[in-house]
Amino acid sequence: MTAPSLAAPSGTTPRLPAPTPRPGRHVLADAGAMVARSLRLVRREPDELVLGLVLPVMLMILFVYVFGGAMSVGTDYVTYATPGIVLLCAGYGASNTAIAVEQDMSGGIMDRFRSMPIVASTVLVGHLVASVVKNLVTTAVVLVVALLVGFRPVATPLEWVAAVGVVAAYVVAITSVAAFVGVLVRSPAAAGGFGFFMLFLPYVSSAFVPPVTMPAWLRGFAEHQPVTSVIETIRGLLVGLGSDARPVTDLGTTAVLALAWCAGLTVVFLGGAAWAFARRRR
Amino acid sequence: MTSDVLVHARGLRKSYGSPRRPVRVLDGLDLALHRGEVLAVLGPNGAGKTTTVRILATLLRPDAGTATVAGHDVVRDAARVRGLISLTGQYAAVDEKQTGRENLAMMGRLAHLPRRVVRARVDDLLDAFDLAGAADRRVGEYSGGMRRRLDLAAGLLTRPQVMFLDEPTTGLDPRSRQTMWEVVRAVVADGTSLFLTTQYLEEADQLADRVALVVDGRVVAEGSPSDLKRRVGDARVELTFATSEEAARVGSTWPGTDAHATVPGPGPDVATSSTLRVPTDGSVGHVRDVLAAVAATGAEPERWEVREPTLDDVFLTLTGHATRARAPRDTGSTAPGAGAPADHEETAA
Ligand SMILES: Nc1ncnc2c1ncn2[C@@H]1O[C@H](COP(=O)(O)OP(=O)(O)OP(=O)(O)O)[C@@H](O)[C@H]1O
Ligand SMILES: [Mg+2]
Repeated sequence: MTAPSLAAPSGTTPRLPAPTPRPGRHVLADAGAMVARSLRLVRREPDELVLGLVLPVMLMILFVYVFGGAMSVGTDYVTYATPGIVLLCAGYGASNTAIAVEQDMSGGIMDRFRSMPIVASTVLVGHLVASVVKNLVTTAVVLVVALLVGFRPVATPLEWVAAVGVVAAYVVAITSVAAFVGVLVRSPAAAGGFGFFMLFLPYVSSAFVPPVTMPAWLRGFAEHQPVTSVIETIRGLLVGLGSDARPVTDLGTTAVLALAWCAGLTVVFLGGAAWAFARRRR
Repeated sequence: MTSDVLVHARGLRKSYGSPRRPVRVLDGLDLALHRGEVLAVLGPNGAGKTTTVRILATLLRPDAGTATVAGHDVVRDAARVRGLISLTGQYAAVDEKQTGRENLAMMGRLAHLPRRVVRARVDDLLDAFDLAGAADRRVGEYSGGMRRRLDLAAGLLTRPQVMFLDEPTTGLDPRSRQTMWEVVRAVVADGTSLFLTTQYLEEADQLADRVALVVDGRVVAEGSPSDLKRRVGDARVELTFATSEEAARVGSTWPGTDAHATVPGPGPDVATSSTLRVPTDGSVGHVRDVLAAVAATGAEPERWEVREPTLDDVFLTLTGHATRARAPRDTGSTAPGAGAPADHEETAA
C-alpha cells in the first residue's frame, strides 16, 4: 500500500496557493493551460479531423465539377468560388466550437474548474485559440485542393498574409458566436444546429453567385451580411476580382468593413459568452 | 468553539424548477464541519446531499441561508473559498480524450503548482491509485472504477483545508475502496478536514468522526457513529426459523408462555417473514433467557445471532421515520411470503 506516503511525498507536498485576493492573478497561466487542453482535445477528435479534410474535397468537387460547368460568373468558376469554400469550411469548423463548449458546460469537468481558484471562463479562450489553429489548417487543406483543381491565385506574399489574417479574424468571430451558443444551449443537438446555420449562411452571400442574380428581398440581405464583406476581401486579395468578376476597385473599404464586422461580432458575442458563462449553473 | 468551525451552513434553502412549481430540495439545512474533522453526510437518494456539496463548493447559490468556509462566504467570497477547498463531485470530472497523466498534469497546472512539483505529485498519485500502468492511456478507455480513481486523484493534487468528496467510492471494488480510505486517512492526518457524502454506511463508520443524516433537505440526526447507533436501540437477538408459520407462532405465543415472565424487556418483532428480533442488552444472562423462552414455545430456530445496531439500522430507521411523516403509505420494502413488513421503526421504539 503506497497510500500513506501520499500526504507527504518526500516532504514536498505542495500547499494550495494562498487564497487569491484578485482572481485574475494567474489568468495568463490559466489560459495557457486551457489552450493546451483544447488543442489536445481537437487533435483527438477523429470525426472532426476527417470531416475537416473530406468536406473541402467534396465541396471542391461539387462546385468545380458539378456546378462549375453550368455557372457563368464571368470567370473561371474555381477562381470565383474558392474563397467561398475557404470561408464555408472555416465557418463550419468554427461553429463546431458550440458543441465542444456545450459538452464542457454540461460535463462534470466544469464543476471542478469552477471550484478551483482559477478564472474558469478561460476555458472559452482555450476553445477559441484551438478553433483558430484548427481552421487555419482546414484552410490550408482547402487551398491545396483548390490549387490541384486549377485555382490560380495572383496574390503577393503580403496579400497572402492579409488574406490569412482576414480568415483568422472571421474564424475568431464565428467561434465567438459559437461559444455564446454553446454556453446558452442545453443539448448537443441544439449546439449542432449552429453548424447547420453556418453551413448555409455563405450561400446567401456573394460567395458562390453574384448577388445581382438574386431576387431583391434576398439580395439586400446577401449584399450586407458579414460573410459577403469577408468573402469580397479574400477574393480581392487572392485573385484580384470583385463579386462581378471584374478587377476589384474598392478593396480597402471592403476590408475595413469586413474587419469591423469581425471585431464587432467578436466583442459582442465573446462578451455575451463570458457573461452567460458566469451566470449559467448546471 | 465557533472559531473551530471550518465549514458552516445555516438555514440553507434551495428549490429547483419553475418559480410557480418549485421543487424544494434543501429545506433549512444546518451543518458544521470542525477543523481536522471528517463529517459524513448520509441520506437517501434525492435527499439533497449533492446540492449541499455544490453550494458549499461555490458552484450553486442557495435561495436562502448562508454558508461559510473558514469564515468566507461561499457566495460573496467565492474566489477566496476556492483557494481553500478541493471538490471531487459525484460525477467524473476528467477529460475522456486526455490520458490519465495528462488530466492530472492539467489540474496541477491549473492549481498553479511548479512544473517539477506537478510531475512528482502526478507520479505519486498514479502509483497510489494503482493507475501507473494505465497512465498513458486515454481515460475514455478506462473502466468505471479506474475513472473514479483518477477523478479522486485529481482532487488530491494539492492539500486543501477542506476536501469535499461526493460519494467517493461508489463503483469501486473493495480493494480500491480500502486504498481510498487509506489515502483519505493520510490526507486527514496531514491536517485537511473532510466533508464526505456516502451511501456506504461502513465507509462513514470507518472514516467519519461525525455523521449527519439528511432527509428531504434537512438534517434529521447528527452525532458520532456510536451516538447514532445508540439512538436506534440496543443490540438484538435475531432468530431465524425454518418457516414463516413457525416464526409467527413463536411470535404470537411469546407473551402467553410462562417463560415470558423470565425475559425482561420487550418481546420479539418480525424482521423478515421467518426471522424474529428480540431487543437485548447483549449480556449472557439475557440472551440465555431469550433462548429459553423460545425453547418453551417448543420451536427450534435454525440460526440465531446477536446483532449490534449498525449505521444501516440508523439509516433505515431514521429515514423511515421521515419518509413516513411525509407519506404514511410509502413504507418501502415489503417482505415476501407472509407479507409482514420489515418494521424497523418499532424496534427503535
Ligand atoms: N439541476 C437540477 N434541476 C432540477 N432538479 C434537480 C437538479 N439537481 C438536483 N435536482 C433535484 O434535487 C433533489 C436532490 O438532488 P441531490 O442531487 O442533491 O440529491 P442527493 O442527495 O445527492 O442524491 P443521490 O444520493 O441520488 O446522489 C433531487 O430530487 C433532484 O431531482
Ligand atoms: Mg448525490
